[in-house]
Amino acid sequence: MLEQIKLKNKIFFTLNKVFSRSIASANTGDFIYKKLTQFFAFLVFLLVLVMGYEMYVGSKLSIDKFGWNFLVNSTWDPVKEIFGALPAIYGTLISSFLALLISVPLGLGVAIFLSELSPNWLEKPLSFLTELLAGIPSVVYGLWGIFVLVPLLRNVVEPFLFKHFGNLPFFQGAPYGFGMMAAAIILSIMVLPIISSISRDVLKSVPNSQREAALALGATKWEVIKIVLANSRSGILGASMLGLGRAIGETMAVTMVIGNRALISPSLFDPAYTMASVLANEFTEASSDLYLSSLIELALILFAITIIINVAARIFVWSFEKRWSSVG
Amino acid sequence: MRNDIAINKTNLKEKISQDKNKEKLVIEVKNLSAYFGKVKVLKEINLSIPKNKVIAIIGPSGCGKSTFLRSLNRMHEIVGGTITGEILLDGKNIMKLDPVLLRRKVGMVFQKPNPFPTMSIFNNVVSGLKLNGIKDKKILAEAAEQSLTHAALWDEVKDRLHESALGLSGGQQQRLCIARSLAIKPEILLMDEPASALDPLSTSKIEQLIHNLKAEFTIVIVTHNMQQAARVSDKTAFFYMGELIEFDSTSKLFTNPSVKKTEDYITGRFG
Repeated sequence: MLEQIKLKNKIFFTLNKVFSRSIASANTGDFIYKKLTQFFAFLVFLLVLVMGYEMYVGSKLSIDKFGWNFLVNSTWDPVKEIFGALPAIYGTLISSFLALLISVPLGLGVAIFLSELSPNWLEKPLSFLTELLAGIPSVVYGLWGIFVLVPLLRNVVEPFLFKHFGNLPFFQGAPYGFGMMAAAIILSIMVLPIISSISRDVLKSVPNSQREAALALGATKWEVIKIVLANSRSGILGASMLGLGRAIGETMAVTMVIGNRALISPSLFDPAYTMASVLANEFTEASSDLYLSSLIELALILFAITIIINVAARIFVWSFEKRWSSVG
Repeated sequence: MRNDIAINKTNLKEKISQDKNKEKLVIEVKNLSAYFGKVKVLKEINLSIPKNKVIAIIGPSGCGKSTFLRSLNRMHEIVGGTITGEILLDGKNIMKLDPVLLRRKVGMVFQKPNPFPTMSIFNNVVSGLKLNGIKDKKILAEAAEQSLTHAALWDEVKDRLHESALGLSGGQQQRLCIARSLAIKPEILLMDEPASALDPLSTSKIEQLIHNLKAEFTIVIVTHNMQQAARVSDKTAFFYMGELIEFDSTSKLFTNPSVKKTEDYITGRFG
């Protein structure tokens, strides 16, 4: 009898041990996995911080020398070692805004067609083709710009604008072809896929009940689209800002057509410079520490602007998605 | 001889009553079949809808009742459906009308409340009028008050007309959608399970509302809830597998149905 009880207890305890160990080991696995993924997620964040910090350290020399003046000084002279980022900041912002001016209406038109009007069989190939534009390497855009766009601007578009609108400050000077206008057009084509595909997703995420509500009130197709658009304002704004973020950071194609001169001119015919193209062109030539440090500070500014724009864009898109979770 | 006269008399009576009925019909559905691609979801429906009455359409899920409703204002075709047969609105074939104009005469309320989230309560109500090109602020304000009163919502929202429609409860949103449909003064109001997403109190408000509205509008309501159909409607149509099984006065259909299938359904033997 006693033996039996002893045996029973032994079995019970052994089983208990095995069981509890297996629970413990399962918990350890979970724990490790959780910490590991946490670490990776944190690593992304850390990377951004480290990059920012490194650039700050690298640009210390230039920051100490020029201070805030770096942002407002319009001279960029490597020989005299006077560096002001204003022409590059101006060129970056203006070329990107001009690009948006062209590509937002165009991209929105594409998005409206794809989400509201096109028959089903056409929608897939068409959106594939627009998204394909995003996959073309930017140097190819640059080559196309040099061999097709620039001659076209030089020989046809710019002389035409000069002849008819030459009294406006935007269309003055010699029509080189290379310059702000070429950069803006190239950029507008490059950001079109982002704007159109995100806008399409935004329009598509407006629930069908909204379209039916409008239709049932006797809305025409165009009136339904207006209601859908009113519902997606913030999402479309977000899409445009993501496009802006892309345009601001775009380097190769812009460098190839913008003319690369640190110049602030209202005329779209004149050459200009962007932060990204300054970096691409001059990094290898930076002979002095101050020169290098100024370039790094330029990179830091570019980094900050793109982060701010992208964060703002994401916030707009999120706030848009949130709204639909509160409506049925 | 006497017999003949008697027969003539009854004929005459029938004729007169038929004429009377004819006058009152707003919608006549003749031989209506509806398709999704090649799938036939409605089979040769014949049904007449009298004016200023509430018609309930009941039947198990997938029986075609929503499709029937959406055929009446040609919403069926916007999801790629097609129909054959005729639907006459005041004697005119709706397939020959401009769908935009048709939908201004045949309003619709959906299962889930779908107010326009970017608009205020006021703008939601008058959105249909604005689509019709009415801009006069006085007219819009009057129409808004009238429709909101009709929809039994005026007292609850009159102090916050210019706040977002999303601040309203689900039941209030649904009454707002009803007000929105009423504002353009349709002849007929189609309701696709208007209370199925609402709590019991809101549901009873909507039912009360339907009762009051029939003085001015003809209402066709699709419902899953047989008690609701019995409470609100004058006539009830029972659909099953795409066919109209029985269409009769509500009291007759629920107390003494003439088809076995109807009886089985209303007594809960299937569906």
